[in-house]
Amino acid sequence: MAEIKTQTTQSQQMPAFVRDLLGTAVIALALAVPFIGLKSDSQGVALELLTRWPLMFAIVGSVLAGRVLFLLFKSHRARPRTPQPQKRAGAKETVSTWGGRHTLIIGIAGFAFAALLPFLPFANRYVVDIGTTFLIYVMLGWGLNIVVGLAGLLDLGYVAFYAVGAYSYALISTELGWSFWFCLPLAGLFAAMFGVALGFPVLRLRGDYLAIVTLGFGEIIRVVLTNWVAFTHGPDGISGIPRPTFFGYAFSRGAGKTFSDLFGIDYSSQHRVVFLYFLILALAGLTNWFTLRMRKLPTGRAWEALREDEIACRSLGINPTNVKLSAFALGAMFAGFAGAFFSTRQGFVSPESFTFMESAIILAIVVLGGMGSQMGVVLAAFALVILPEWFREFEQYRMFLFGAAMVVIMVLKPSGVMGSREPTIRLHKRQVSDAQPEIAQ
Amino acid sequence: MAYFIQQLINGLTLGAIYGLIAIGYTMVYGIIGMINFAHGEVYMIGAFISVITYLILTTLGMSYVPLLLVVMLLASMLFTSVYGWTIERVAYRPLRRAPRLAALISAIGMSIALQNYVQLTQGARVKALAPIISGGVTLFEQNGFEVRVSFLQIFIIILTTVLMLGFSYLIDRTPLGRQQRACEQDRTMAALVGVNVDRTISTTFVMGAALAAVAGTMVTLYYGVVDFYIGFLAGVKAFTAAVLGGIGSLPGAMLGGILIGLIEAFWSAYFTIEYKDVAAFSILVLVLIFRPTGLLGKPEIEKV
Repeated sequence: MAEIKTQTTQSQQMPAFVRDLLGTAVIALALAVPFIGLKSDSQGVALELLTRWPLMFAIVGSVLAGRVLFLLFKSHRARPRTPQPQKRAGAKETVSTWGGRHTLIIGIAGFAFAALLPFLPFANRYVVDIGTTFLIYVMLGWGLNIVVGLAGLLDLGYVAFYAVGAYSYALISTELGWSFWFCLPLAGLFAAMFGVALGFPVLRLRGDYLAIVTLGFGEIIRVVLTNWVAFTHGPDGISGIPRPTFFGYAFSRGAGKTFSDLFGIDYSSQHRVVFLYFLILALAGLTNWFTLRMRKLPTGRAWEALREDEIACRSLGINPTNVKLSAFALGAMFAGFAGAFFSTRQGFVSPESFTFMESAIILAIVVLGGMGSQMGVVLAAFALVILPEWFREFEQYRMFLFGAAMVVIMVLKPSGVMGSREPTIRLHKRQVSDAQPEIAQ
Repeated sequence: MAYFIQQLINGLTLGAIYGLIAIGYTMVYGIIGMINFAHGEVYMIGAFISVITYLILTTLGMSYVPLLLVVMLLASMLFTSVYGWTIERVAYRPLRRAPRLAALISAIGMSIALQNYVQLTQGARVKALAPIISGGVTLFEQNGFEVRVSFLQIFIIILTTVLMLGFSYLIDRTPLGRQQRACEQDRTMAALVGVNVDRTISTTFVMGAALAAVAGTMVTLYYGVVDFYIGFLAGVKAFTAAVLGGIGSLPGAMLGGILIGLIEAFWSAYFTIEYKDVAAFSILVLVLIFRPTGLLGKPEIEKV
């Protein structure tokens, strides 16, 4: 339809151009006047009205300038039409096969770099700390990738399982005094149990309902954590959570059962930070390895098959509920592991850390990276976790830009940065991978 | 009994507001099959615009209440509609043929961006307004407990009823409603018989935004406080209402909204106020288990 429109307006292009700009100006003004032009400010008791016309006109002006550039770009690209598509299709193919062949090498190189990072000259405490945060999100992204990317189930409350893991470790270690290594599997187990309990009734439902139920579940967990003061200490959270030990050797000063004493080196506060970094690297590596292995097993294949076509799966004798439930529970389990790690790293948990925004960030990591792509998760986590660290001075604008970036990336590349959605196995080689079947049935 | 009736009145008022927001969700879902995650923010924007309109009018020295209300409602509907239209144009239209999750992520991104946009431009502090409509009537008294209906509650319930009736008429009887239903059933076919699909979808967003703006204005009047974060919870509850009533069905959205409002009011009154959000979601889960299509929804048949 767009083509027809450009052809008919070709003869009277100037007026159309002007009309478009006028429309943009009107819309931009209508959007900007009540929010940018005017500001309701509370001075003392009563609200007051402030005006910011210069700022507003500057913003509206830049929107118009952007629109002019966009229109020029579009009319410039619209003219030479015919020869381009073939060339582009060929180019795309080589890119995708290049990516496919070298994924393993890039993966190993990336992992090696991650393992060496703490020993590199520029790696101070700050770098290792950010690396740890980054790896937590990578691990959560890989865990959610099992649910969303492989099984095609839209989970908007993934952070709930993360919270279950974090609180399991926090409560067990502070109340019962059990060690981290014993609590870690328990945290995963509890999270998986919550996953089964939630998934069992709702996994029969269609994708969108599942999304809203998981969203609701995430909120319920947070509300319960906030209000069940006797059990969870409410909004104050749990503090004094035991820090991790090197298999029983604490990271503390002095002789005795300490890490520095064990290896006969001087005590440094850096040791614990580096240890935590390696711990999460191992956990994230485990998640990745597990996912890659699962994709070769019948259950993993069934996940992908279900994502593509549920009816076909049913007619082949796959029980959709059980298969989905396994994906849901395993995804939850990894969130539980990550939660336990989070809680031992921070030494403090509170319901504040488990808001919907966290779920949205993790989901964004999976989807922006390209669903089902392990490498994409790493790239997206880098973009969403590390880049904002570099632009600290724009702290105020961070979440706004984050949201806007999500929209822009989706509009430009709906299948994600690395998205190809290739099934792990095929019976017959397909020539062009242009099909984009819908996710979530 | 008196307490029960009082809660019934409060619940109906709240439910009317949820119902108005839920219509926006249900219409958008019906026509393009996606969850318009940013709709809660649209409602929040409507509330803010009504606050700003009120401030403009009072600085101009207007104090005649009916005029004040009408101008607030109209200005809020107008400007919020522009937001609704822009959101569809910028974030959803390019993704109409994309995988479903892409549109949802774009919607979540839009929601985050709008929330922070309002926080950046209007500040994070709560905006408090003096009550515009005060007073009410006492219905009856029992054991010293007065059952009161405020004029504002009467206004909210009457306005919602009028809007919903008008809206049902619009969808059932007018050419615009027919085009909308046609697009809902089959977009390609509708385009072939001459329905301007793009325009119809835009109109849907504009109408949904206008209703959300009414809800926002009424919440501003009812609670007297507005902040940039009200959109999230209200949006989630209104979506719950839409699902509860059967998504895609207009009467369902209204019924669902009223039910959610009642559940919340009674739960806060008889159980604990802290867990009222849990109540709404738990009931949603129960309904979905036993009646997955919602109360008034039609069962969806999947075709191969």
